[in-house]
Amino acid sequence: MKSIIWMARTVAMILATCCFCLNASAQSQPPSTYALTHAKIFTLAGAPIEDGTLVIKDGKIAAVGANVEVPAGAQVIDAKGLQIYPGLFDPVTQMGLSEISAVNATVDSTETGPYNPDVVAATAVSPSSEHIPVTRASGITEVLTVPDSGGFDSGGARGVIGGQASAIHLSGWTINDMLIKKSVAMVISWPVIETRTFDFATFSRKEKPFTEAKQEYEKQVNELTDYLERARHYAQAMGHGGPSDFHRDLKLEALAPVVRGQLPVLVFANRARDIRNAVEFCDKQKLKMILAGGEEAYKVKDLLRSKGIPVILRPMLSLPMDEDDAYDRLLSQPAELAAAGVKFAFGSFDNSFARRLGQQAANAVAYGLPYDEALKAVTVYPAEIFGVADQVGTLQTGKVANIIVTNGDPLELTTEVKFLFIKGQRTPLDNRHQRLYEKYLNRPKAAN
Amino acid sequence: MQIEKRSRAAVVCLLCYFALPFLTRAANPPDAPPVILIQNATILTVSHGTIEHGSILIKDGKIAEVGTSIKAPKDAQVLDAAGQFVIPGIIDCHSHIAVDGSVNEGSVSVSSIVNIADVLNPDDIDIYRDLAGGVTVANVLHGSANSIGGQTVVIKLRWGLPASKLPFEGAVPGIKFALGENPKRSNFSIPGSTPRYPATRMGVEETIRTAFAEARDYKKTWDDYDKRMAGGDKKAIPPRRDLRLDPLVEVLEGKRYVHSHCYREDEILMLLRVAKEFGFKVRTFQHVLEGYKVADEIAAAGTGASTFSDWWAYKVEAYDAIPYNAAIMTRRGVIVSINSDDAEEATHLNQEAAKTMKYGGLTHDEALKLVTLNPAIQLGIDKRVGSIDVGKDADLVIYNHDPLSAYAVVQETLIDGRVYFDRKRDISERDAREKEKKVLMEKEKKAEEKKSGDKKPGEGKPVAGKPEDKPKPPQSNAVSRGAL
Repeated sequence: MKSIIWMARTVAMILATCCFCLNASAQSQPPSTYALTHAKIFTLAGAPIEDGTLVIKDGKIAAVGANVEVPAGAQVIDAKGLQIYPGLFDPVTQMGLSEISAVNATVDSTETGPYNPDVVAATAVSPSSEHIPVTRASGITEVLTVPDSGGFDSGGARGVIGGQASAIHLSGWTINDMLIKKSVAMVISWPVIETRTFDFATFSRKEKPFTEAKQEYEKQVNELTDYLERARHYAQAMGHGGPSDFHRDLKLEALAPVVRGQLPVLVFANRARDIRNAVEFCDKQKLKMILAGGEEAYKVKDLLRSKGIPVILRPMLSLPMDEDDAYDRLLSQPAELAAAGVKFAFGSFDNSFARRLGQQAANAVAYGLPYDEALKAVTVYPAEIFGVADQVGTLQTGKVANIIVTNGDPLELTTEVKFLFIKGQRTPLDNRHQRLYEKYLNRPKAAN
Repeated sequence: MQIEKRSRAAVVCLLCYFALPFLTRAANPPDAPPVILIQNATILTVSHGTIEHGSILIKDGKIAEVGTSIKAPKDAQVLDAAGQFVIPGIIDCHSHIAVDGSVNEGSVSVSSIVNIADVLNPDDIDIYRDLAGGVTVANVLHGSANSIGGQTVVIKLRWGLPASKLPFEGAVPGIKFALGENPKRSNFSIPGSTPRYPATRMGVEETIRTAFAEARDYKKTWDDYDKRMAGGDKKAIPPRRDLRLDPLVEVLEGKRYVHSHCYREDEILMLLRVAKEFGFKVRTFQHVLEGYKVADEIAAAGTGASTFSDWWAYKVEAYDAIPYNAAIMTRRGVIVSINSDDAEEATHLNQEAAKTMKYGGLTHDEALKLVTLNPAIQLGIDKRVGSIDVGKDADLVIYNHDPLSAYAVVQETLIDGRVYFDRKRDISERDAREKEKKVLMEKEKKAEEKKSGDKKPGEGKPVAGKPEDKPKPPQSNAVSRGAL
């Protein structure tokens, strides 16, 4: 009996060793040099290159142009008939923070309480989220994952300071591989004067008089002002080394780069009145503001331009705010903002709808936005707005190789992404949807 | 509060709490010129291919002729559509527009007593918005709170006409069923409230079976009574009418279509079994996001499937939702449509249909059918609408590009040969509307000031204006919610 157990153990050990060997051999390094040849290349940093070559080396773009030599040892991908673009950049998502929005256990996008400047999105990003490969397959290579950025996840409640947004690549074994920049913006949900609210505790609609709603609004703004004032004092104390018995306050500490004007605030506001108030507030507080949402940004376009405040537009795939707004109010806004010189990017403000980012940009073109602007508004503009344009957004030598190779216009509904590179690595396009598709496509005919 | 689109399906009842009935008045309905000729267009007939440089002759609201060499009759209004594309009007097989108030009678699990037709609101601005997105017909349903929901109605988006003119004449009425998370109230617990039966998918099945067992008995009492009456029995007493069971009897008699909200494969098969047990047909599965897993079974039952283009992951039962759903079901022989479930989504159903060419490789024609002919078949109205064929209603949409593109913009939408939406006209009227709004708001402000200036209580009644001060009836939707 004993000998049988011994034998079993030995066999198990041998098997385990074999598995280890197999595993080890599978860990061979993927190629580090690629040459994509004969493609039409849209660098977004100059005119498109016909019949061009793009060389990727060690994660970066090593060369791009019409007369680029293919380096020895490079894996060559003949991209004749295909087009190369920078990967798309979705600047407001809850990527990795929320899996199934109706299931609380899978949602980490919104912390409780009004002030959470110290929470950081990157901390809770699940690299295994099924949303990542699904989103990637639509040509999006990097996103901002933004705490407290709305959605049903929040249960309808939103804080005032929601936490720090992180810029991430949509590929990586761990968050360390994925990080572009851990902290790119502090999220502020601008308080709104709401006379009609929905109370989740009683599941009923609440109405309150305007004066009462306004008082509540003012109270929130005053609190926010005080909070930032405290942060400013704290930052000053930090700057002076502080007293020896300095008690750390992590929340105020997190706000130090904000009050110093180093870290921008991503302020969520939609109504013209709220945007105006937020701009005035940030101006007074000397905060570097980026507007998110901006459904009525067109009403304050001159203000936004004069203050140099960029906008992340929430999906146009939503209805106009007011009944008497023009039916295409949101669709024509991007053209209007571009004409006024307001810088903007498109955002999905979502995970499962992130793959509609290109559709959103194309729809804006249909309603008057110049095509080049639309393309930039999903690539280089978000990169510039969040201060990571030195890494991503265009196809230029030295930048991180986040690249898509498509069979057409990346904003069009029917275009397919044929190859995708993130950090210079050829990244698979398969995903949960593709796998289920193939599985059930091959289901034998049911016997009825 | 922001509610993103993905949660809309999950919280459709919640949204209704926000949807206050604001006062608007639709535009006067457009005149119907007896004869219209659309010419020089690329015509996507859906039923018999594409006609380049084609013309469509419309007489008395019907398509009289389709071809390449139609001469404009005298007195015909000619719409030159050079470089433009014409498709049949888009049919949205799952809509909640034009409903006054909540779409859910959520208090009971079987709410077949209520009827959407009773609460149609012809002034809902979403009718106009969807019209501007090329939608001409919508299947207006209740929400999904109940295993057996209310009675549904198919409407034409005749913006400007009264509620009585919206229903699609002769369309078979329907009833909404709902399976899965919503009827078992998985995501809608109201604090302090007692959980409602059913709370499981098992209970959903039993709720439906119980209702049909009752309906069958009820039908029998009526059949017996009818038989006795027919046999000359003058003493026969008619059974007491049951308004809740009447619509279910109609289902059993094939006079009312069942449109069932569902997600998971198991619940799809469950309803097919129940339908078989009681001898009725399920006309369509709605959403049916796991339909691709049981496509053969759906096809064999002859049931249609009306799904989303690419929604997923907003709840557990949508986690296996894939954008290839429509394509797989189509390939397995199911009549498939793409629906909106949402007033905004409806404004670009053409784009949503286009996605099936990418996800699953449907052809251009197959993709276009998903929002035209197929939903027409599902709603039993394909003899009247769904394709560009002689004799059908002149429900047409004119685009400036191939409609299966994100760059296509609706230029005109026609219903029954009337131009109900005209982009150029809409744009040209905007300044006037803006001015009108300002005038109205100014008036309102003055009235408010006057009111607050009155010192004696009870004297704050609005001052009746002189006749010339009365605002003219708005020509369009240009009345701000703040103004009235």
